[in-house]
Amino acid sequence: MAINRRDLFKLAFAGGGAALANPSAHARASSGHELDPDRWGMLVDTTRCIGCRHCEWACKKQNELPSAPLTQFGDTSVFETLRRPDATSYTVVNRFAGPEGEGSPVYVKVQCMHCDYPACVSACLVGAFEKVKSGSIQYDAWKCMGCRYCMVACPFQVPAYEYFNALTPVVRKCTFCFERVSKEEKFPACAHICPNEVMTFGRRADLLKAARERIAREPKKYIPHIYGEHEVGGTAWLYLSSVPFGELGLPVLGHTPVVQLNETVQHAIFKHFVPPIALYSFLGAMMWMHRDKKE
Amino acid sequence: MSHAEEALPLEKPLFTPGVFLLLGLITIGLGFAVYRYIFGLGSMTNLNDQYPWGIWIGVDVASGVALAAGGFTTSALAHIFHREHFHAIVRPALLTAMLGYTFVGLSLMVDLGKYYNIWHPILPSMWQGNSALFEVAMCVMCYLTVLYLEFVPILIEGLKGKLNLPAPLDRLRGPVESLLKQGWVQQIVELADRFFGKIMFLLVIAGVVLSCMHQSSLGALMAIAPYKVHPLWYSPVMTLLFLMSAVAVGYPMVIFESIWASRAFGRKPEMEILTPLAKLIPFFVGAYIVAKISDLVIRDAYVYLFDGSFQSMMFVLEFGFGVLLPFFLLLSDRVRRSPTGLFICAALYVILGVLLNRINVFVVAYKPPYAEGPYIPSIGEVAITVAMISTLILCYRVIVSILPVLPAPEGEEGSHAAKA
Repeated sequence: MAINRRDLFKLAFAGGGAALANPSAHARASSGHELDPDRWGMLVDTTRCIGCRHCEWACKKQNELPSAPLTQFGDTSVFETLRRPDATSYTVVNRFAGPEGEGSPVYVKVQCMHCDYPACVSACLVGAFEKVKSGSIQYDAWKCMGCRYCMVACPFQVPAYEYFNALTPVVRKCTFCFERVSKEEKFPACAHICPNEVMTFGRRADLLKAARERIAREPKKYIPHIYGEHEVGGTAWLYLSSVPFGELGLPVLGHTPVVQLNETVQHAIFKHFVPPIALYSFLGAMMWMHRDKKE
Repeated sequence: MSHAEEALPLEKPLFTPGVFLLLGLITIGLGFAVYRYIFGLGSMTNLNDQYPWGIWIGVDVASGVALAAGGFTTSALAHIFHREHFHAIVRPALLTAMLGYTFVGLSLMVDLGKYYNIWHPILPSMWQGNSALFEVAMCVMCYLTVLYLEFVPILIEGLKGKLNLPAPLDRLRGPVESLLKQGWVQQIVELADRFFGKIMFLLVIAGVVLSCMHQSSLGALMAIAPYKVHPLWYSPVMTLLFLMSAVAVGYPMVIFESIWASRAFGRKPEMEILTPLAKLIPFFVGAYIVAKISDLVIRDAYVYLFDGSFQSMMFVLEFGFGVLLPFFLLLSDRVRRSPTGLFICAALYVILGVLLNRINVFVVAYKPPYAEGPYIPSIGEVAITVAMISTLILCYRVIVSILPVLPAPEGEEGSHAAKA
């Protein structure tokens, strides 16, 4: 192991000191230019995952979601259908066919990707979502109106809604264990419990380096693609795999952030309110001219 | 600016079989709404984590906004470009827009999970300028205010002697009349009249600007989901296409509504206004057609046209029958002069060209990456949408019976003054 989890954690604290010492120092990064170079990342090596689903249990426990006892998470029948995160589970593991010629399946854990250019943050009209300095996408249920535009916007189809809560429904998704990491100085619950070190938590920049090293060291084992390095502008969660990611249920996405088009247009129109004012003046002039003609 | 002598309240009994039908539909919808507020959205809708938006957004909100475009397009025509000929249709269009936007808000009260937070976009601490939805929300709120203010002169005119109180409201006639005879009430009405007469031009322009802004922003909503919206509709210029189709639907909507109202109220359709108005439609629809086809060609999206998918069929229905067909039909002078022909053309564009377009963009074209099946609206969702539309029509019916909105039928002008 070139990189030890503990070392990485220390690195994250040393490098991301500012972020962690002052977790309330929020920076809106939806336009991208305020991304902290020390922001968190998580590297998921799908070749190591054995599908034990302990991460699912740990996540539920950490986030106080309704959960069965850990012993029941050994049930492999859940792999028969493709599951998605929902309002009571922020992460799920799915099983896919492995590389050709090999019998072993590939297990893929999914959760919020904590995008660098998050669509949910850009979409939310009341700013209930925020990419904080550490890179975690935080949700403020108090601001939320429940319009669910974040769910429409998310290219990974992650945010889930409490459709059966009549009074105070909220959007639910992975928090990157923000409180746990920044206040208790622990790894995210899923990474902490994983018996096979599938997940490596640390600075995103370091994880990218580590991922490249792993691919370079075992080019036959890995495909030369780090999922999340560039997808929709980059995500905090990064994946390594032995088969193309399209076969692992991860959406095939381009490198352009999905927020780019709208933010460009919005800014063009509202930067100095020039187009609305120009239109107002033009129409006023038209009104005046035509009135003159009439009288 | 106001052509007061031309508009009069409708002198018809309020309770007709049609009104009872509307009341029935509203009651059914209310039942489902109560259920929704007690048991949550999931209990009576087919909305889920894959399909967070359904027909309440596609029909009630997106189409509601688009079909209210008659308000700003006619007021621009009559008040900004001073085409005096068209004054008679401004008030009904204004009322439709006012009610349309009010019901957009009401529908959101049903659709929003935390409906009681609907006012949050007002708080500057929550402003999020990157969001297209924020722009829509702000503009809709401002425009709704402008619409209510634009409607005030009609109310004033009513209070100044053109108020009609059909049964069962006629019991109020005595108290209302004695109140209106009070000196201070008359002073307030007079003051308001003069005030609104002075600022009306500002409101009219503001209404047009705000409309252009949010009609286009509504098109930007789905632009954030390039991987989810079918390529026949997803386009970087959706904003422009939404604005152009909304501008183009203004006059067809006014015509559709005007002929329908004439039939319903047993009047002669006002063809002397509607035919010249229809002459303008091909310019706007034509511009939209050029933009839409160029967009399909430039993006190479036309390849999806005939792939036999549900989406492709819906597109052909929308664009072929809802846009191209009425465009070509309206080029004919004979169609424009015939009430039936004009009504069919206007209805095609309103219902297939724009209503279906908004449903297509927000519902049919939406393909989430992990869809387990298509979204089909539940009975409850349909019932609530139907109830919303019914309430809107009922409000229209009640308001035109009380206030001078509709143009006076021929030969009746002035006869009303004696009654009031």
